[in-house]
Amino acid sequence: MSQLKNRSLVSITDYSKDDILKVLEIAADFEKDPRQPILQGHVIASLFFEPSTRTRLSFESAVQYLGGSIVGFASADSSSVQKGESLKDTILTVSNYSDLIVMRNPLDGSARYASEVSPVPIINAGDGANQHPTQCLLDLYSIQKTQGTLENIHIAMVGDLKYGRTVHSLVQAMSLFNATFHLVSPESLKLPSAVKRWISEAGLEYHQYTDLSEVIPNVDIIYMTRIQRERFPDPLEYEAVKNAYVLENKMLENSKDNMRVLHPLPRVNEISTDVDDNPKAYYFQQAQNGVYVRQALIAAILGLKQ
Amino acid sequence: MKNKRTELQVSAISNGTVIDHISSENTFRVFQILNLDQAKNQVYVGTNLDSKKLGKKGIIKISGRFFKPDEINKIALAAPQATLIEIRDYVISKKEKIVLPKTVEKVVKCYNPKCVTNHQQIPTRFNIVKDHHGVTKLACHYCEKTMVQEDIIFV
Repeated sequence: MSQLKNRSLVSITDYSKDDILKVLEIAADFEKDPRQPILQGHVIASLFFEPSTRTRLSFESAVQYLGGSIVGFASADSSSVQKGESLKDTILTVSNYSDLIVMRNPLDGSARYASEVSPVPIINAGDGANQHPTQCLLDLYSIQKTQGTLENIHIAMVGDLKYGRTVHSLVQAMSLFNATFHLVSPESLKLPSAVKRWISEAGLEYHQYTDLSEVIPNVDIIYMTRIQRERFPDPLEYEAVKNAYVLENKMLENSKDNMRVLHPLPRVNEISTDVDDNPKAYYFQQAQNGVYVRQALIAAILGLKQ
Repeated sequence: MKNKRTELQVSAISNGTVIDHISSENTFRVFQILNLDQAKNQVYVGTNLDSKKLGKKGIIKISGRFFKPDEINKIALAAPQATLIEIRDYVISKKEKIVLPKTVEKVVKCYNPKCVTNHQQIPTRFNIVKDHHGVTKLACHYCEKTMVQEDIIFV
């Protein structure tokens, strides 16, 4: 039996290194041929209790490329949540109509809870500020694809390292692959000490900077992040740091040939549009990789690919 | 003055529980979380008492009451070094140091306002962990946030 079959994915830490590599291997197969009709006769529920562009559309396109059907909703307004239905009741009901549930919900921990009450597997498409493991997997896929390996990568993480959930998950995952972390942030948005401890406990190195230009020549990946207004309890704190880092094309002149710029998107102004035409800009392909990775996850969890 | 008394005499209880070796600053917290202000039986509370082990300690004696595991878990979280002594018919029937469990369920509320347990009817569950400084923390099984003992609100 496949190692991922019937297992929910709530947090990237639910997966071992082998599990991660298995998903990426299957994703590479889908990248070669994304239209394989293996989901014919399967129904995937897509429950988005809050709006999303990339994640929802890439999941839905992943299912449709594979010939599967989708049921669900794109906002809580168009579901029975409006009538006061509990999450448990929604999940139990929808599990009657589907083989697998993809869920985004604004409450932290909602995906773990859903995975405990659901008779069908759950894929967490984001639970509040907590976890977003499919973003992490597509980030890993993009790093592996552009660098040829996930091992021994020097990665710069830039921007909001305090509140950014994609950064925290990526640190946890890259700690399995002997990465060296270059952490660039304003003083007030440094990586939390609990996350830095993941790095230390893995016996790996991290270096902290406030100046972005200092790290560019030395790294294989620059992982830019948006400083998210909605995460700040104090609006003044947001105003003080919102434009702290803007990556411009001329700053990439001394970067390594293999270096690529990633961003989980959406961006606001932290990557200047003049970077878009630089062959080292990889963020739109990264978003495209999300389809292959989500195809791989669905296929592996349903036991259709091993 | 003759026969000057140097100790406050508190009468022994015939049946009930003594919670000893509470750190002084947590004495009234333990009193509060066990809802002892609602107790109908005799309750003795002492705090800032001399202790060889702790320097200063608190002690609570509750007549006619024995605690269930959930309540003992609450005591463990508020006063991790306490000793629980059960007395039946003036004889100590049980004496044990309270041990922090590995997990606590339905005892503590998650301090994260966005945690699903604060919005849906879900029993809370926490793993008790120690950070690298040896400080005890509670990690929410659902939202994965960790809180220190000062943030604990009991259910």
